[in-house]
Order: sequence, then C-alpha cells, then structure tokens
Amino acid sequence: MKHPPATELLASVAHFLRDDLLPSLSGGRAFNLRVSINAIDLVRREIEQQAAADKRERRRLAKLLGRNDELEVMREELCEQIASGKIALDHPELREHLRATTMDRLAIDQPSYSAYLAAVAPSGAADATKKDAAEE
Amino acid sequence: MRQSQSHQNDYACLADKLDALLVRLGCGNLRQGSLQRLTGGANKETWALEAVGSAGAVPLIMRRLSADALPSERTIEPDCEARLIRRAGECDVPTPRVCHILEPGDGLGAGFLSARIEGETLARRILRNPEFSKIRSKLSFQCGTILARIHAIPVATLPQLKKQFARSELDELYQSYRSFGGGSPVFEAAFRWLRDRAPDEARMPRLVHGDFRNGNLIVGPEGVRAVLDWELAHLGDPAEDLGWITVNSWRFGMIDEPVGGFGSVEQMLEGYRFEGGEDIDVDRVLYWRTLGSLRWGLICRAMACPAQAGVRITVERAMIGRRISETELDLLDILAPESAQ
Repeated sequence: MKHPPATELLASVAHFLRDDLLPSLSGGRAFNLRVSINAIDLVRREIEQQAAADKRERRRLAKLLGRNDELEVMREELCEQIASGKIALDHPELREHLRATTMDRLAIDQPSYSAYLAAVAPSGAADATKKDAAEE
Repeated sequence: MRQSQSHQNDYACLADKLDALLVRLGCGNLRQGSLQRLTGGANKETWALEAVGSAGAVPLIMRRLSADALPSERTIEPDCEARLIRRAGECDVPTPRVCHILEPGDGLGAGFLSARIEGETLARRILRNPEFSKIRSKLSFQCGTILARIHAIPVATLPQLKKQFARSELDELYQSYRSFGGGSPVFEAAFRWLRDRAPDEARMPRLVHGDFRNGNLIVGPEGVRAVLDWELAHLGDPAEDLGWITVNSWRFGMIDEPVGGFGSVEQMLEGYRFEGGEDIDVDRVLYWRTLGSLRWGLICRAMACPAQAGVRITVERAMIGRRISETELDLLDILAPESAQ
C-alpha cells in the first residue's frame, strides 16, 4: 500500500485556506494568507517537479562540461567557465541549457509570470516540457 | 497584551509630538484620529496625517527613519532626500511640497513632513482602470519629459550625493551575489555581458533618481502628479533611470509595453528629447534595463534574508526571494532571446 503523497496533503491545506478561511479575513491578514497559499502551492510544485528538473539539468551539464559530477559541483564549474569567458552565450548548447534550466525553475517558482507565459504559450514550449518530463 | 498597550502608548506619544510640531509651524493642530501608518518599509516609515487650522484640514505625509533602521550605504539620509525633493520641485519636477525637515528638538527622529497628493500609485490600477485609459498612452512621453528635467538639474546646486556608475555598481552587485553563495550561471553570464559593455564613465555625471518606476509615481487621470521615493538618488549615467523603468518587473503583466507596462521606449525617448534631454539610444536604455533586472534579482534575494540572524521575516518577503527566477528569465530574454536560436 502506498502512502498518500505529501503533495496531496499540501493541496488539501491550500484548498481549505483558500476556500474556507480566506473569505473570512480582510486587509493585511487576507493579503498575508493569500501569499501563504501561494507559498504552499510553490512548495507542492517543488516536491512534484524538482527531482526531475535536477536530473535534466545534470544530464545537460554533463554534456556541456564533458564529465559527470554532483549537480552543485557542475553548476559551479559552469559559473566559473562563464565568468572566465571559456564558454560564452554564442554557444548554442549553453543557451539551450540556460533557458531550459530557467524555465524549469519558473515552472516551480512563478508559473504565472508574464515572461514565462509568453515563452510557453506561442511556441507550444509547454508541450515540449511535458514531453521532456515524460521521458524521465 | 502588554505589547499592544505599549504600541498604543507609542502612538499617543507620536501624535502628541506631531500636534506640538504642527502648532509650532503655525499649521494648526493634528486632527484627532487622522494619524495612520501607511507602509512598513524595512528602514523607512510613512505616516498619513491631517493638520486642522484656519485653512481647514490639510492632508500631510510624514516620512521618517524607523527607530531600528540599519545604516545603509545606498540610501541617502532623510534630510538630504527632503532637500533634493525641494530642489527638484524648483526645477519643475512634479513632487510633493516639503513643509518641514524634522529637527532633533521635534523629538520625532530623522525625516520630513510633506504635502499629501491624492492619486494612484498602484500599477495594476493605473494599467487597467478606465479612469486612466485616456492618459495611459501619453504616460511614457511624460515620463521622458520628467526625467529630462531631473537630469538637467545642475549638479552644483544639489546636496552632496554619491557617484555611482555601471562598473562600481556591478562590483557591488557581484559582491552581494557572492555573499548569497553565487551559483547562478545566468547571473554570471549577465555580469560578464554587462562588464564587457560598461559605458564610458568620462561623461558628465547627472542627478539620477535611482528608483523611477511604477509604485513611486502618483498618477491622476490627467497624468503624473508627483515623483516619490528619492532615497536612492545619486550622481551617474542618466540612461540608468530610462532603463530602470523598462525592467519587465514594473510592467505588471503588460509585457509588450516596455515602459512601465504603459508605453514604448521610443515614446519615452521622444519626450526626453522634447524636454531638452540628450540623445540617448535604445541600446543604452537596454544596457541599463539589463543591469536593472540583475539588480532587482539581487534585491529580491536580499529580501528573503533577515537583517539580523534570528529575526523573523514576513511571508511576503520570504516569497519575494523566489522572484529571482523571474529576473533570470528576463535576463535571458535580453542576452539570449529564443527567437535568435
């Protein structure tokens, strides 16, 4: 028997706060509750998506750097290579990597941000992300 | 319970001191119950109040340093800010009239009293409410004219201000980025791009407002009524102000209108030249937009850190820390746009 997932718990909590508690508050407390609900939703998305996003980031980094290591170590190495000019933005795979990593972060942090929606909607990139995720 | 009692005492004490000050200034008395705290900025307090005298009720604002404000290298002191606002007002920049700069004898700390100007500061309303529909298309041009006036104020007539150009700003930002542990390849790429293109510092420094954007402009149905929040003013490249107001974070969803979500860069530059401002090209504006996004990203990151270890921050500030990824995407859209791939 599988444990009920933490993400479902968080979804219930957010649901209760939004539908039952929020209408009874006003002013600063309503504002802070709304922000709190957004925070719970963010944490839920992180639990759902972070591991797969990290896996994809690691795979791209290993290809870019030509070696495999811990995610943070490779990320730091990429930072150093960019800072020293060893790799630059005219490198198509670097551009692709930065964009994919940033889009994965936005999908967790702020999926309603204008620039994210603009990047996702017209090009059908949302479907591509889903496909990428399904490949995991 | 004890705490709310002491809050009430603080409030009564503040009201008494303000009343005495208004009497000394010949402005009448503090209208009872009119004193209200407006914002809870980290370092500055803003209070709304009304003076009642022979001229009737006059709405006022008191802006002052919080008692527990931390010294900041970036921001100017309130008395300097007040003198700057007065100077800008004399040069036809729409500003609230400063009535009094607080003195030690007032017992109210460091700050100033100014007129309270009615109008809207909330971007979402300015960008969407029908009463602003007529002015919206003219706001970008108007912002250009106001910025030209700010930048034309002779530097010799200003209070002492710090010089800040792109290179020194980038050094400070990089230090702050490293202090948060670094680790963002997008920020690294932005630092590199900005350093490679840093504009010449030989040009004459100008008064830069430093935070000219939605939220710091009071707007009425006829246009901009006042420019607020001069605490980040410094001497530098005037294009900084023109770039900062085009940062995507101030467009509040209206992504296709680069200037504050209400207009185009060309309209703003047209207004700027119309008012006698120098010829600034779009690339220089874009440079400062890029630096602006990077700066905003690091401000967001800093918001999620308590000023002192162990101090609790609000959930709002904690969440602003996650807006850093918004600025990473904005930076990529400038440095490596998808359409160019």
